[in-house]
Amino acid sequence: MGVGRRMKKQGAPEPLSEEHFANLKRKKGLPVDDTPAEVPSSKKRRTSNKPIKPLKGKDAANVKTATAKPAGKTTSGAKNGKKAPPKSKKQAPPASDSDEEMDDEFGGSDLDDIDALGASSDSDIPKLGDDFMDSGSSVYDSDQDDAKKEKFVFSDDEDEDEEDREEKLTAANIEGLSRKLDQEREEEAAENEAELRQDALQTNIEGDKPRILGDDDDEDELSSKTKGLLAPDLQMLRTRITETIRVLEDFANLGEEGRSRAEYTDQMLKDFCAYYGYNEYLAEKLINLFPAREAFAFFEANESARPVVIRTNTLRTHRRDLAQALINRGVTLEPVGKWSKVGLQVFESTVPLGATPEYLAGHYILQAASSFLPVMALCPQENERVLDMAAAPGGKTTHMAALMKNTGVIFANDPSKQRAKGLIGNIHRLGARNTVVCNYDAREFPRVLGGFDRVLLDAPCSGTGVIAKDPSVKTNRDEKDFMTLPHTQKQLLLAAIDSVNHASKTGGYIVYSTCSVAVEENEQVVAYALSRRPNVRLVETGLPFGKEGFTHFMGKEFPPSMKMTRRYYPHLYNVDGFFVAKFQKIAPTPASAVLANGYKGKNGKPSGDAVTTADEEVVDKTPVGAECETQDDFGGFDDDQDKDYMDRAKRNAMRRRGLDPRALNQKGAKKAKDEEPEEPQGTKVTEKESKKEVKEKKKDVKDAGKETTEPKKDSKKASKKEKKAKK
Amino acid sequence: MRPLTEPETKVVFDKLANYMTDLKSLIAPFDDGDRYVFRLNHSRVYYVRLSIANMATSISRDALLSLGTCLGKLTKTGKFRLHITALPILAEHARYKIWVKENGAQPFLYGSNVAKAHVGRWSDDCPEHSGCVVLSMADIPLGFGVTARSTAEARRLDPTGIVCFRQSDCGEYLRDEDTLFAG
Repeated sequence: MGVGRRMKKQGAPEPLSEEHFANLKRKKGLPVDDTPAEVPSSKKRRTSNKPIKPLKGKDAANVKTATAKPAGKTTSGAKNGKKAPPKSKKQAPPASDSDEEMDDEFGGSDLDDIDALGASSDSDIPKLGDDFMDSGSSVYDSDQDDAKKEKFVFSDDEDEDEEDREEKLTAANIEGLSRKLDQEREEEAAENEAELRQDALQTNIEGDKPRILGDDDDEDELSSKTKGLLAPDLQMLRTRITETIRVLEDFANLGEEGRSRAEYTDQMLKDFCAYYGYNEYLAEKLINLFPAREAFAFFEANESARPVVIRTNTLRTHRRDLAQALINRGVTLEPVGKWSKVGLQVFESTVPLGATPEYLAGHYILQAASSFLPVMALCPQENERVLDMAAAPGGKTTHMAALMKNTGVIFANDPSKQRAKGLIGNIHRLGARNTVVCNYDAREFPRVLGGFDRVLLDAPCSGTGVIAKDPSVKTNRDEKDFMTLPHTQKQLLLAAIDSVNHASKTGGYIVYSTCSVAVEENEQVVAYALSRRPNVRLVETGLPFGKEGFTHFMGKEFPPSMKMTRRYYPHLYNVDGFFVAKFQKIAPTPASAVLANGYKGKNGKPSGDAVTTADEEVVDKTPVGAECETQDDFGGFDDDQDKDYMDRAKRNAMRRRGLDPRALNQKGAKKAKDEEPEEPQGTKVTEKESKKEVKEKKKDVKDAGKETTEPKKDSKKASKKEKKAKK
Repeated sequence: MRPLTEPETKVVFDKLANYMTDLKSLIAPFDDGDRYVFRLNHSRVYYVRLSIANMATSISRDALLSLGTCLGKLTKTGKFRLHITALPILAEHARYKIWVKENGAQPFLYGSNVAKAHVGRWSDDCPEHSGCVVLSMADIPLGFGVTARSTAEARRLDPTGIVCFRQSDCGEYLRDEDTLFAG
């Protein structure tokens, strides 16, 4: 292995002397044989200001490991306020005899006394006790001290040094000695700092700043390709991640010169993607939500599952009875927290939780803890009319039924018939009698039925809060998802707001919740609703815990009432990522407002799509024949438009066959956006064109359907018309 | 959704009378004027409050999936078949009950008939082939069925003898979750 650092710095250790052992014995209170040239002195007499030699190498490492020891030890170290802090660290833990290494090095009790000494004074000038031992008249040669100092020794030798010094201290040389002591102390302090830095870093990193970023020039195509093929070295990635985070936290000191903060965050992003398996888009989105260290904690938390939680069905049983029954079956559980009276957290279970007789009898339902929150926020009262817009699989609906004690009525809607089966099953199993299950697209409310007292909208989302449950989210989500999903959510939220009866005696509340942490799906949707519906406002959710929603984020500003919404993170509360917002409707929807389904106000006239933002295209949903005056069954034809579509379709058909559409020599023809035809058929085309036109017309029908938004019938008719016209 | 016709109502009540004592309480009016009614949707019979049923009229027939409590299904030939979802209503006013022991609850929930060895206790003077509700020893309803023997005869039965034919049990919530509800 070669020579260690200690050997290099301190040299070979001095042979142990009798004196040393005599001292040890004396300290322990054992009888000591007289040894020659030994100066008896009590450690206690020593003053505190004798600097202890810097513990080099191994000793320092030991001290570092020991610094993690119980606080009791460190407080004594803390008393050495005026001394260099690292020194106090070293002094502090030594007394723990459990550390064998320490015992070997220091001889535990040695440093006990030093500790006691160290604690006892804070003045610069060494105090001389009355019973100062051996304060003989002899004046010792200070040179001897220096000589001793040069030797790099075992820590035990510190005692010897101090001993010697004590002997040699007189009134004459106190000043000089104390000045020397100060100097020594300073030097030590500087050395200690440097050592600390070195020890904290990896042993193969030199210098005091961590080198994380590679050189830019190295990255040529081959190396990057090979890197892509190799499996990531997880250990290395993890250490690099922790290092990068450390640098980012103290960028001024630890950042490399010439490197920007962005490079480090970029490196961290890439490492996260490789280590955890996220796609870059999602990883960047999640990193932007938190400071570096919290982001790491968030990603870590997404790797492990949240605890299993069940909710007692208060319509059939009580939590205590249920807990007792389940414990008898062999389930280890305890209440989920002070914040819920119906939740039970299950640690382990000998029986399958989803098949116990209690489960089948409808005494409880398996439900994530975060799913309690929107219902707790909504707080439906008895004899109210409540709507649950996306009710499957039914945990929240049945929770509401339990809170309402089977009074009033709950409309449980779910757009998916398949999932509605599970919903009906849960409703019946848990004994909720006041529910009506329907299968509408939730945007159709309030057309179907309105005037609800409360509405719960647990919107379909990207699921970035439940990555622990569904790891496929890591790779499946891209930019498109974060445009289409918020669009739907905004529409749903507007529909929810419009379905509420603002004049309800007991209610008028809407709760919007998602199992996502992305701002696009949470605060942005809420802000949109607030801007489009001035008759609603945010109110306190009433939830006992949770982080406040963002009021500004990456340049976007949200209204200050956003503070009343709540965010939940897996790494903070050990629940799934969640977002809850509670609205109150204080006035009817203004007549000019555009509704969620595209119809304008009270007139019922179709208008453009209600939910449009600057980024999105306006999809014109007006029925095809709306503008026409003709009495035609098909609403009349617009020949110009038809020609356009047909030409496009013709060209498309040719392209599909590998022909060059430009051969048609049409002016203003659009160039092919997609694959260019491989064979430039040139003149052949023009000859075949007439024959192919007939075929194309038939193909047109198919192609037109794909390419254009016109209904198939029209283009067919139009193409037939043109055929006739040509003939 | 529509109310039941006369013959349909008769069939349903006949079936229920097999298991229950007090049919009148099913449709008795409450203080506030509300009462429970029967409604039919997609050949399934639902037991629901009148106020809720009236509100549900605004939902179109294809979209309406469930109302209140589903009692069972009217077959094409006009017979009525009770589903497990009717259990809470049956158990409220059950005429004859059978309590099964802990070791008997599992087999019953898995779909087998009730054997004499599993029976904890049963109600007296229970005639043969009459509807009964099966409960666990903790008074939790597990299902319902038809008695195989009268109580007196059953006492003379050997332990493996069947005491009650299982017609429906709570395990169906898991086993038949696909077919149990309108899809």
